[in-house]
Amino acid sequence: MIKLTIDDKKIQVEEGTTLLEVAQKLGIEIPTLCHHQALKPYGACRVCLVEVIKGSRVGLVASCTYPAEEGLVARTDTKRVKRARRLSIELLLARCPTSEKVRELALELEVKKTRFKEEEEECILCGLCVRVCEEMIGKSAISFVNRGADREVTTPFKIESSECIGCGACAYLCPTGVIKIEDVIKYRRLDFWNTKLELKKCKICGRYFIPLVELEYLKDKIKSFEEIELPEEALEVCPRCRRKILSDKAKEFIGG
Amino acid sequence: MRKIDRIIERNKKEKGGLVPLLQDIMREYGYLPEGTLKRIAQKLDIPLSRVYGLATFYKSFSLTPRGRHLISVCLGTACHVRGAPRIVEKIERDLGIKAGETTKDLKFTLETVNCLGACALGPLIVIDEKYYGRLNSTKMDKVLKDYLKR
Amino acid sequence: MKLKRPSDLKKARKAIRLRYDPEKTCVTVCCGTGCIASGARNVAESFRKNIDKRGLRPRVNLRITGCHGFCERGPLVVIYPRRIFYQRVRVEDVKEIISQTILKGEIIERLLYVDPTTGKKIICEDDIPFYKKQKRLIFGNNGRIDPTKISYYIALDGYTALAKVLYRMNPQQVINEIKRSGLRGRGGAGFPTGVKWELCRQQKEKPKYIICNADEGDPGAFMDRSLLEGNPHSVLEGMIIGAYAIGAKEGYIYVRNEYPLAIKHLQIALKQAQDWGLLGKNILGTNFSFKIKINRGAGAFVCGEESALMASIEGKIGEPQPRPPFPAESGLWEKPTNINNVKTWANVSLIINKGAKWYSRIGTKTSKGTMIFSLVGKINNTGLVEVPMGISLRKMVYEIGGGIPNGKKFKAVQTGGPSGGCIPARLIDLPVDYEKLTEAGSMMGSGGMVVMDEDTCMVNVAKYFLSFTRDESCGKCTPCREGIKRMYEILDDITKGKGKESDLKLLKELAEIVKDSSLCGLGQTAPNPVLTTLKYFRDEYLAHIKDRRCPAGVCQDLIRYSVIKENCIGCQLCNKVCPTKAISGKKKEPQRIDQKKCIKCGACLEACKFEAIRVE
Repeated sequence: MIKLTIDDKKIQVEEGTTLLEVAQKLGIEIPTLCHHQALKPYGACRVCLVEVIKGSRVGLVASCTYPAEEGLVARTDTKRVKRARRLSIELLLARCPTSEKVRELALELEVKKTRFKEEEEECILCGLCVRVCEEMIGKSAISFVNRGADREVTTPFKIESSECIGCGACAYLCPTGVIKIEDVIKYRRLDFWNTKLELKKCKICGRYFIPLVELEYLKDKIKSFEEIELPEEALEVCPRCRRKILSDKAKEFIGG
Repeated sequence: MRKIDRIIERNKKEKGGLVPLLQDIMREYGYLPEGTLKRIAQKLDIPLSRVYGLATFYKSFSLTPRGRHLISVCLGTACHVRGAPRIVEKIERDLGIKAGETTKDLKFTLETVNCLGACALGPLIVIDEKYYGRLNSTKMDKVLKDYLKR
Repeated sequence: MKLKRPSDLKKARKAIRLRYDPEKTCVTVCCGTGCIASGARNVAESFRKNIDKRGLRPRVNLRITGCHGFCERGPLVVIYPRRIFYQRVRVEDVKEIISQTILKGEIIERLLYVDPTTGKKIICEDDIPFYKKQKRLIFGNNGRIDPTKISYYIALDGYTALAKVLYRMNPQQVINEIKRSGLRGRGGAGFPTGVKWELCRQQKEKPKYIICNADEGDPGAFMDRSLLEGNPHSVLEGMIIGAYAIGAKEGYIYVRNEYPLAIKHLQIALKQAQDWGLLGKNILGTNFSFKIKINRGAGAFVCGEESALMASIEGKIGEPQPRPPFPAESGLWEKPTNINNVKTWANVSLIINKGAKWYSRIGTKTSKGTMIFSLVGKINNTGLVEVPMGISLRKMVYEIGGGIPNGKKFKAVQTGGPSGGCIPARLIDLPVDYEKLTEAGSMMGSGGMVVMDEDTCMVNVAKYFLSFTRDESCGKCTPCREGIKRMYEILDDITKGKGKESDLKLLKELAEIVKDSSLCGLGQTAPNPVLTTLKYFRDEYLAHIKDRRCPAGVCQDLIRYSVIKENCIGCQLCNKVCPTKAISGKKKEPQRIDQKKCIKCGACLEACKFEAIRVE
């Protein structure tokens, strides 16, 4: 166990715990944009910076990546911390002036407007989409491309992805909401990824409900879990009908 | 076996050999064709997005064909203070392309490099591995005209 | 021939030295990249042909060497044993050198170096002020050896340090020796090398890796390249010793892709060291084995940052990682890794051979040894210079560098590349070491030293560096990616006459916070050029903002070209070179510049022989 102090509160945590997690345990709020508990820490957005005092060295670190160390003292509320967080959010606000999430956080950090020329981007390059696609879905349909001020997230060659299964995990995690998924009749459209996927028709009600490629992906996934035995047809019907079948069966069972 | 597959095979054994592999392709073809990157991803069983991300991150990789003559203008600090930006502007004007672009006839590609480490000769350019140093716009004019004739 | 024990190395050295009679005439031609760019290869080739043609082989040796450092005067030819120094030698001079100097012992006056301060011609290389004031411990052998032949290195006591280490020292003793020497990393940050090695040695995890960082990306710095090109074995020997001390079996050299000659020479050196049993399995007959692989960079400045460099070796984009963990704990392939700069490695054998005590006497209290700088920009003697730490900037600029060309006024020195800052003329007596440069707001960096004169606009310089870091930032973290872009934007406005006085405050705030909150060294140092120019050259910023004037006459939107009527004789040369036909007038009469058409390219100014073009 490791002993450390954040904002004068002492705590013991297990090795490998990040300062952000420690703060959460202590009920200290730290804002984040690029962090998600299910994904590997990344340290890119810099709004979670805290001040760490280690012997004679004092410095800002990203709490989402910095591990708890024995005897470490950290502060989340100093002038230096606030100043740094504010600038990062102000820079992101200038980049994405219309983003709800960014504006919200900016207000929270008392940044009312940006002093920089406003751009019309909608992506803050937090990388949640890239990381969830790689780490959780295992598809890596998208990646960061170019570098520096030209960095962006997109599909290879910026054309329709051959890997995307349309699962929508990226859209779910996207803090700015710029990644949208939309089902239009028999297609699922992911315009941000220049991708359109054909949907499967429900065997029972005839509604289109899941991209064909996602269905294949799920079938493969299921095969790898030996303990779950699911009849393949189970995936041929939409969730609504599936529930109906189940409840019908249950009724039958109870009734019988 | 196709040439491209041979290059892939050669680099496959090395741990982390993706950068050297793309470098070999660059040397062979002068750029990284889309199909080739797809082939690499397939053969090495890695996501295409990773190959594409890598190809766009590093400056020495190009996704479009390059011209027959590669003009590299040094924009190192020493060359900068000795007037290199004006040399770039001049070439851009004369060839009608911006740095990083290739002329329509695929004759010239103009690129800027951070430092060629021949600071004594600045401002300096390299055309197809031949150095032209201590340039000014008059000298640059002569050099360019010579290549335009070829 | 594989060397199996230290005595084999001794015997081999003796045999090599017998072969090279020091009294025999030897023509050395510098074929470093600088001299090659000036045409040295053709000169060397011409020497070879003419020596053969005249049947002089038995009497005259020809040696192609690496960079001598004095790039300004290249191609350089030095004739041994008298060390006659010929400069700016052309192919046409070769026959004469052979018939006059080599055969008759006569000096060719016009090829000698003229000391600009005394006007005296200097014959011997050692007497040239540029070399005389240096202390060439690491770099000195460059001019003496053929880097493609290991025998030259061995003849000059090469690999003795390795033999000593393998047979007479244990790894801890090696580390102690390096620690005692006070050697600090030559890549820029200046971390104590011995401590770094020890941290890596203490790790239990295996295997361990060592890396030589040769991704020399600072514009205006090329000493690492010159070392690799001119004396690759000195770097290899350091790495092998380091591997022994740390306990690594594999090493990498990550070389910038723009350095083809360095890569070639390294490949040759690796092969030869292996053939001689100095690298590979059972080095010098011991049970210590070590191999080295070369990786070429692919054009990304950020890969000079160690975690990005390792990502690049692993075949990923060069995105820096947060620390901890440090590379010593979890580096390449998540294994303990020690990474040092080319120059750091090259210092190792010197320390082992001459002892930590001897080494620590050179330099200042906190910065030991020598440092190789590339002295470039507005300076008479462009080149690479090796000096003891603590030397003053004044000595560098005036005594070694020979001052500023064309009688212009010295304004500043920029050290440390895009991570460094601009040190103003008034601090010219600043001693150059890690601490002093940092105190002045700059840093040692990898040793670039760009001299600027009165014609250099400091706002423009700051903008130049930011345009560099804006493009070279990996783009991962917000302050670096967005902050540098915004600083550039503000600077761009200022250089275009669109700046406001409040911009300076915003610029400073941005610079300070980007420095404080970025993820890696690139972002943490990128604001330095802004901060130092704001601190030392505030008046220049104000001139741009308040008076809409660029005092140095550089920023195109703030200057105009006009003809000085009294000086213009109407030769119409300007007229001919003007790309937009903005200049008109009759022959033999003063010309006029149409401001509407003028694009301020400066071609007229360059072309005019009568100083009749004015920049305002």
